[in-house]
Amino acid sequence: MRSLRRRAGAFAPLAYGARAPGRQSPAYAVGRFWPSAWIASTLLAATLVLPALAVMPDEKLADPVMEARAREISKELRCLVCQNQSIDDSNADLARDLRVLVRERLVAGDSNEQVLAYVHDRYGDFVLLRPPVTGYTALLWGGPFALLLLAGFGTALYMRQRRRDVETTPAPALTAEEEARLAALLNDDKPGVGR
Amino acid sequence: MSAVTRHRLLLLLPLAVFLILGGYFALGLTRDPSILPSMLIDKPAPVFALPGLSEGEKGLSKADLTGKVQLINVFASWCAPCRVEHPLLMRLANEQGVTIHAINYKDKPDAAKAFLAQMGNPYTSIGADKDGRVAIDFGVYGVPETYVIDRQGRVRYRHVGPLMPFDVDEKILPMIRELSK
Repeated sequence: MRSLRRRAGAFAPLAYGARAPGRQSPAYAVGRFWPSAWIASTLLAATLVLPALAVMPDEKLADPVMEARAREISKELRCLVCQNQSIDDSNADLARDLRVLVRERLVAGDSNEQVLAYVHDRYGDFVLLRPPVTGYTALLWGGPFALLLLAGFGTALYMRQRRRDVETTPAPALTAEEEARLAALLNDDKPGVGR
Repeated sequence: MSAVTRHRLLLLLPLAVFLILGGYFALGLTRDPSILPSMLIDKPAPVFALPGLSEGEKGLSKADLTGKVQLINVFASWCAPCRVEHPLLMRLANEQGVTIHAINYKDKPDAAKAFLAQMGNPYTSIGADKDGRVAIDFGVYGVPETYVIDRQGRVRYRHVGPLMPFDVDEKILPMIRELSK
């Protein structure tokens, strides 16, 4: 319990509320009533990390298979307002419109590809979260593989060169000094010589 | 080429790779990511027919878009940047005689009318796009947006965000003059 209390106290610097002299900071109050406060803050933290559910119940299709397809397509489409979320994640108005549009197209009998093409026709490559392979994005898609290939090729070349060097280069002749040391070492097992 | 020279050249390879990648990224930095190309450039405007702001009032449809060079402005009374650009649209219509059509995006007709009563009405015709569907056909992702339409009803230019005097002088007016020739 003590340690818990101290951990709660560790949040004190985060409390920026005005501190009247002689009044304890709110964070210490958290420490004092720790069981309920800890449960409350844990619950709060848990709700904060839950994904924001952007898809409203009234948008959903009755048919679960269709709805699953709609969700799948929505995850491929970028929200053009917030730009780094899919329309499935985004609460933006336009994202909602597009989600509804996707569902309408599905109900009208479009395939997933046709729905994506429909939106792509209006908003271009930017709306697709997975960029298509074009001249401009070729480096994006192929770049890592090209680099890996290059690195592998370079390494192979280097290894081959090194092996050839080791095999073909004659060991350098020993100096007189080294010869003497070698002779001394080789004579090591003979009694009376060496250490 | 001797083996040694070849070996030395190989040492330059990382530098070459670096330069190529650096050039590619530098090129990427010069592109403004906020400029999203329109899919409609040089293509005919989408087919649409919008009702007017109130019952019996003339709306806006694709048929209105041919015959002369004109602008389509997507606006809403709740959109603050639309207020910013509005005086400029007034000047364009009154002083330059440019025909400007409007798509009133997801607005209440009364609010749109109050907006025009207060700020002036530069629009030749206004279509009420209550559910924003026509705007989606145009590829609109925020108001205001302005499109230059040529005589054949093709979209020639798209401006995202409020028009500023600079945009009008440097881009919109020269373009209208060029297309009207």
